[in-house]
Amino acid sequence: MEDPIRVGLAAGWKHVDASALAHSQTIDVDVVIVGTGAGGGVTADLLSATGLRVVLVEEGPLRSSSDFKMLESDAYPELYQESAARKTADKAINILQGRCVGGSTTVNWTSSFRTPPEVFAFWQRHFGLQELSAESMSSWFAVMEHKLWVRPWDTPPNANNKILAAGAEKLGIAVGSIKRNVKGCWNLGYCGMGCPTNAKQSMLLTAIPAALSRGATLYTRLRAERLRFAGSQVSALDCSALQADGIHLSGRQVRFRARHFVVAGGAIGSPALLMRSSVPDPYRLLGKRTFLHPVVISSALMDDRVDAYAGAPQSIYSDHFLHQAPIDGALGFKLETPPLHPVLYATTLQGYGEAHARLMRDFTKVNVVLALLRDGFNPASRGGRVRLGAGRLPVLDYPLGEVIWEAARRALLAMAEIQFAAGARWVTPVHETAPGYTSWAAARKGIAELPLKPFLCRVVSAHVMGGCGMADAPHRGVVDHRGRHFWLDNLSVLDGSVFPTSLGVNPQLSIYGLVARNASLLAAELSGRPLPAIP
Amino acid sequence: MNFGRRQFIHTGLAGSLLLSFSGWLNAAGARRFSAAEREMLGAVVDAMLDGVLPVQSTQRRPLVAQTVDGIATAVAGLSAASQTEIGELFGLLAIAPARMLLAGVGKPWREASVSDVGEFLQSWRDSRLGLLQGAYGALHDLTYGAWYGRPDSWEAISYPGPPRGYF
Repeated sequence: MEDPIRVGLAAGWKHVDASALAHSQTIDVDVVIVGTGAGGGVTADLLSATGLRVVLVEEGPLRSSSDFKMLESDAYPELYQESAARKTADKAINILQGRCVGGSTTVNWTSSFRTPPEVFAFWQRHFGLQELSAESMSSWFAVMEHKLWVRPWDTPPNANNKILAAGAEKLGIAVGSIKRNVKGCWNLGYCGMGCPTNAKQSMLLTAIPAALSRGATLYTRLRAERLRFAGSQVSALDCSALQADGIHLSGRQVRFRARHFVVAGGAIGSPALLMRSSVPDPYRLLGKRTFLHPVVISSALMDDRVDAYAGAPQSIYSDHFLHQAPIDGALGFKLETPPLHPVLYATTLQGYGEAHARLMRDFTKVNVVLALLRDGFNPASRGGRVRLGAGRLPVLDYPLGEVIWEAARRALLAMAEIQFAAGARWVTPVHETAPGYTSWAAARKGIAELPLKPFLCRVVSAHVMGGCGMADAPHRGVVDHRGRHFWLDNLSVLDGSVFPTSLGVNPQLSIYGLVARNASLLAAELSGRPLPAIP
Repeated sequence: MNFGRRQFIHTGLAGSLLLSFSGWLNAAGARRFSAAEREMLGAVVDAMLDGVLPVQSTQRRPLVAQTVDGIATAVAGLSAASQTEIGELFGLLAIAPARMLLAGVGKPWREASVSDVGEFLQSWRDSRLGLLQGAYGALHDLTYGAWYGRPDSWEAISYPGPPRGYF
């Protein structure tokens, strides 16, 4: 299997592993982009295409298909924030987030959805974002779908996804097929450990190679510490090199001076960088309204093997429960399935000792369904807050309030009913005191009475959004609809942190589309060329 | 309401006492696990993985030690802030007064039985203090992460491992 990253490096791509820097240095460029995920990748591609000199700053390492061995023990420490164990400040929510070149796009499960029209409508009503709608954005989504091979997935779903489809259909609950950003996918099921066959059209394999081929420079193992500004102009970005372990500082500093600065460090990293920089924030909005799509999980034991580690992880979804109430009413939820691999499943599963061992022995017969709760629309769902903790690194507070638990209970009930309808012989919410149930009747009664609280009920997240929300005016948002900061002229935020609510869909395509638009507007401005023709 | 407020004060007080105490213990910063910490972790792993580990102690002991090594590797991969927090937890559990008062384990860790340690794990799992519930979660996740990350644990769960060939 040819590794296009190693080929590119051999051909002369400029990659600086900052952990090996012998001296501190100052570098002048046109644009510095912090982060190499969905936002930073698309930005680097579009800006470099106009001839701008671009630098990408990434805290994680550069890893590629030669390194992707489909082993959790390698992949989590190498490719994820906190070895895939990033937590909210109170430790009640586990967050899966990438930390490598390509960011979460290198390790996501390839699910691709456009931002739903009702989400744009909500943003128009509540945040004055009149410029953004399903219609105005459709060309940008189409462009990115084309570039990243977002297509219907023709291969039959794996058994884990089939169970979701079968159970839902039996109950008259509509399901759909998930589009995926893959090209020649082998249907192995190890997307979360980095695609070993270079099928996933992540930033690592598309936008970043395009930018590097045009002469962009990629710095890895380099932490963006603070932006320096005077008046309304940012003058420099100060960075600290990490050691080869990716954790401790090496003591070397890199300062970038540039015309424009793009922050794309994700919804935890981006607000934290702006906070460390003490950028103007007169309305105290920075780091607020951080959304997670809190996920609750239901595990079922089937008669036959499910082998939920094998095959495309997510191919079936249901939005039925997103449409039972107004968008700002009781929280709706989206149903999907996760892949099951031994570490991911064993660490998520409740209990210990013999009880845990017994559940693990049935590992290959387990079906798991998850519900993503659509936070940020109901007035009581205000999300979390990023603040600076030890070492001025970010921590996230995300209170799990009654509005979340009410939805979690409905979701656990819905998932159990679907799993029993699909033939499950035993179902348990992933919850410390749930005994598990052998019939839908028992589950309905049991789940209705289950105490739902932090730690008792397992809550996880793989979608971090918000914290630098966009709006039409500085009293409602940190940036405008183009991602431009309201107070600093040459600063843009181009990533999922600009979403003023969650999305109700897996976020990658929403980020690609919005950033394609906003980076194109920025590229035109910085290069003096005409604005892009599409609206 | 009244209860809620008392609970809050109780939690806050216990939490801050615990943290300031362990912070003092760890004033020297990040370091390798001490022998006492390894004994504590060995006891935790032994109880957490009961039902998975072989019954016979000559087979069981090296697997426990390997899992403790795996935990050390996993902790070294966490952020500096998380390493400090985990260091505080382990450092605290390794000293006798905290073991007795907070974990309720009367015997030294190396003498504690699976059921002694199981009672401790259960008490933290059920605790009203988020701090202890979170600490139970950390021990849980670190143990199972270290165990099921190892290919030799997969046969027992019928997991064939990643596909091989053509790579």
